[in-house]
Amino acid sequence: MTELSSAPVPPVAADDHVRGPADAALVIEYADFECPYCAALSARLAARQLRRVFRHFPVRSGHPRAWPAACAAEAAGVQGRFWEMHDLLFGDQGRLEDPHLWQRAGELGLDLARFDSDRRSEEVIARVRRDFESGIRAGVVTTPTLSCGGVLHPGKVEESTLIELERGFTAG
Amino acid sequence: MIEPGTAAPEFRLARAEGEPFTRDDLAGQTSVLVFYPFAFSPVCTDQLNLYDELREELASRGATLYGVSCDATWSQTAFREQLGVSIEQLSDFEPKGETCRAFGVYHPGGFPQRALVIVDPNGMVKWSYQAESPGDLPGANLIFDGLAA
Repeated sequence: MTELSSAPVPPVAADDHVRGPADAALVIEYADFECPYCAALSARLAARQLRRVFRHFPVRSGHPRAWPAACAAEAAGVQGRFWEMHDLLFGDQGRLEDPHLWQRAGELGLDLARFDSDRRSEEVIARVRRDFESGIRAGVVTTPTLSCGGVLHPGKVEESTLIELERGFTAG
Repeated sequence: MIEPGTAAPEFRLARAEGEPFTRDDLAGQTSVLVFYPFAFSPVCTDQLNLYDELREELASRGATLYGVSCDATWSQTAFREQLGVSIEQLSDFEPKGETCRAFGVYHPGGFPQRALVIVDPNGMVKWSYQAESPGDLPGANLIFDGLAA
């Protein structure tokens, strides 16, 4: 039985998806690819000097394509192209059906047969589920939610908060 | 609100087709009563979407989730169908809020507080929680804490 009782946001793991300067402040995003607020926040975070960790938080009934999109990003990650797929998914949220996912995989030059097999694999599904469950245990209730220094910032994030985060929690 | 260790009160709610749902329907199973303020409101939408994602995990613990509000059954059904969730909805529409009052979760504004009550198979309240504000969405982790308590 999966443990889902309360627990802090897990620290960055070796297989987490991380980008940004190593000495910048660390933010962990819980997001889903069908969430327009997540796409908007992602663009704002990209404009800041932050070290970002992306974790999946797909909720099927609200966003029915969030799970397939999350699995597509992970499958791209198996071939070393997670962040490229991340950007393509957030770049056009009106096109998240399977043919659109295959098209993106093609754009990235992925092995399509492997991509399609991986995105349905137990390992990829478990990886997405692991992120989701870590969010549940930490009390994440909506997307996007940022976690910085153990504090959750659910929903809309003010620009002043991003500036504070950029300045306040330097990891280096 | 109702405290853990006390017996669930007598109550009468209406299921989707209007048939009654009472304390007797809680017997023999662990029930999670999710009291929410208003169908179609933003936080209630997020709440039911989120909890529905976890129904298998809850079922594996022998727990059944019920959504309870003062909305009419027709409104609750439309809400559930629009969201695409499977959590059964129970209406406290008439006499309005009577069950919410029995559980101590009726907001003076005329709607349920955002509250969670876990009732064990013997009809005893195992755990209860009321959000500080109706606009606060309790994390699903709290339900799992409550089930493990």
